[in-house]
Amino acid sequence: MTRETIFNVVLALFLLALPFAAMAMGEPFYVSLATRMAILALAAVGLNLALGFGGLVSFGHAAFFGIGGYAAGILASHAFNAEPLLFAIPGSDQMPVIWIVAALAAGFAAFLIGAVSLRTSGVYFIMITLAFAQMFYYFAISWPAYGGEDGLSITMRNGFPGLNTAVPVTFFLICYALLMAALLLLWRIRDSRFGAALQAARQNEVRVAAIGIAPYRIRLFAFVLSGMITGVAGALFADLNRFVSPSMMSWHMSGELIVLIILGGAGRLFGPVAGAILFVLLEFLLGGITERWQLFLGLILLGVVLFARGGLIGLVAGKPRHG
Amino acid sequence: MAEPILDIRNLTKSFGALKATDDVSIDLRDGEIHALIGPNGAGKTTLMHQISGSLKPGSGQIRFLGEDIGHLGVAERARRGLGRTFQISSLTPEFSALRNVMLAVQARQGSSFRFFREVMSDTSLTEPAMAALERVGLADRARIPAAELSHGERRQLEIAIALALGSRAFLLDEPMAGMGQEGSRALTSFLDRLRGEAPILLVEHDMDAVFALADRVSVLVYGRVIASGRVEEIRNDPAVRTAYLGEPA
Repeated sequence: MTRETIFNVVLALFLLALPFAAMAMGEPFYVSLATRMAILALAAVGLNLALGFGGLVSFGHAAFFGIGGYAAGILASHAFNAEPLLFAIPGSDQMPVIWIVAALAAGFAAFLIGAVSLRTSGVYFIMITLAFAQMFYYFAISWPAYGGEDGLSITMRNGFPGLNTAVPVTFFLICYALLMAALLLLWRIRDSRFGAALQAARQNEVRVAAIGIAPYRIRLFAFVLSGMITGVAGALFADLNRFVSPSMMSWHMSGELIVLIILGGAGRLFGPVAGAILFVLLEFLLGGITERWQLFLGLILLGVVLFARGGLIGLVAGKPRHG
Repeated sequence: MAEPILDIRNLTKSFGALKATDDVSIDLRDGEIHALIGPNGAGKTTLMHQISGSLKPGSGQIRFLGEDIGHLGVAERARRGLGRTFQISSLTPEFSALRNVMLAVQARQGSSFRFFREVMSDTSLTEPAMAALERVGLADRARIPAAELSHGERRQLEIAIALALGSRAFLLDEPMAGMGQEGSRALTSFLDRLRGEAPILLVEHDMDAVFALADRVSVLVYGRVIASGRVEEIRNDPAVRTAYLGEPA
């Protein structure tokens, strides 16, 4: 086993143990902290596929996160009020249904955004993804049917067949299981033919085209899948807070996801997990000391970018190995 | 006579007032090495870019295996069997030599939309890739990241990639550039054998290699073909001697 694998296992076990330790200490609040870590990690796992593996610095993933959140909020509110959506489709308060809708809606948005923005690269790509996300953000603000600027409450956390999702640890385990499933998927993809083409296109687009693989299609597919994963995370986030608002789509959120990945290690399988754990811990610990905790986050980020380019994973496990 | 593998007719490309390619017509026939020589700035690399598709032609026609490919993109031309190497090595630096070649094997097999099978344990990728590396003499460096290979080794790797693509014609842009004498000699004898597999359009500054290898030579000056013919004809052509070989007529 490589050092990276060992560290990955440690991270996975740490996150899993956290809520149980919290319960044992009689601090149930920490359970929701761990759940937050798992959900942000899942959102960042999605972004990592595009940003880390594909080198596509999307500054618009908050759009997918928010779309997932609104999918949960809108379906739940229709189910609660027993009002059908368009074309007499009923709402739903079942998580599996919500996740599928969230993934499809976010994937569709990612397809539209990606189809346009992947024709550009570099700074233009960053700016176009940002611009699209802001369009979704302002659309959510100006849509009174679902709360507009005030957001939309979810009266009761959505259910999962056979489980009581109102129990914090149960909900944590659902989020954790989805996180692990996404990591498993990304692990397979990373080492697959698709992953090889995607990572090669990041390293040298000209070369990839010269051997007969069109980078655009590879990237678009990665971008859509990336958006879908982040969308599911958004649905979970809405269920965690039992609330969804346009702020989930703001550029701060996009930035936060990028920061998570850089902290943890871009392009490393568990980079988003390490980043999310670190980020939520810092937010909690520093946030308890000062309201200006983001100043210190900024300093830490500066340190990582200057001295530890591979993020936390890079620091522990060294450079990535590509076989 | 059979139709040429690659047939370029009246190709023209202008950058503003500068004619980088001026009414160029050349062809490449089965089993031959056709060398393209000319002074720096003559438009040799521009022509290679146009043939491989990374530059859109101004006007003219490019036929490959009997079909007009002038409207196709780089990736599609490569899929049809145009294998090119770059004047400046262009590889995926983080990947090992083996994985660089495996990517070409994967491209040749045609499917990059496979998500689950691990490539390193897929012998349908690793074996042909290893075979290509062996042919260029890089087998013992297979696991080294491309970024850590020496200059000469990267040139060899470029050729291994072109081999693995199973190309029907090779476009080699200065494969000898920056190689030591030993390396050039080895590569010369390798290219000599390679022409039996697929014809080579060779841009090269190393005149020893050109005269040793080429069946035909075309001389490009200011984007124009000023002479084209067998090696002896070119060597004795007064216009070529003045324009390129630097001798008074």
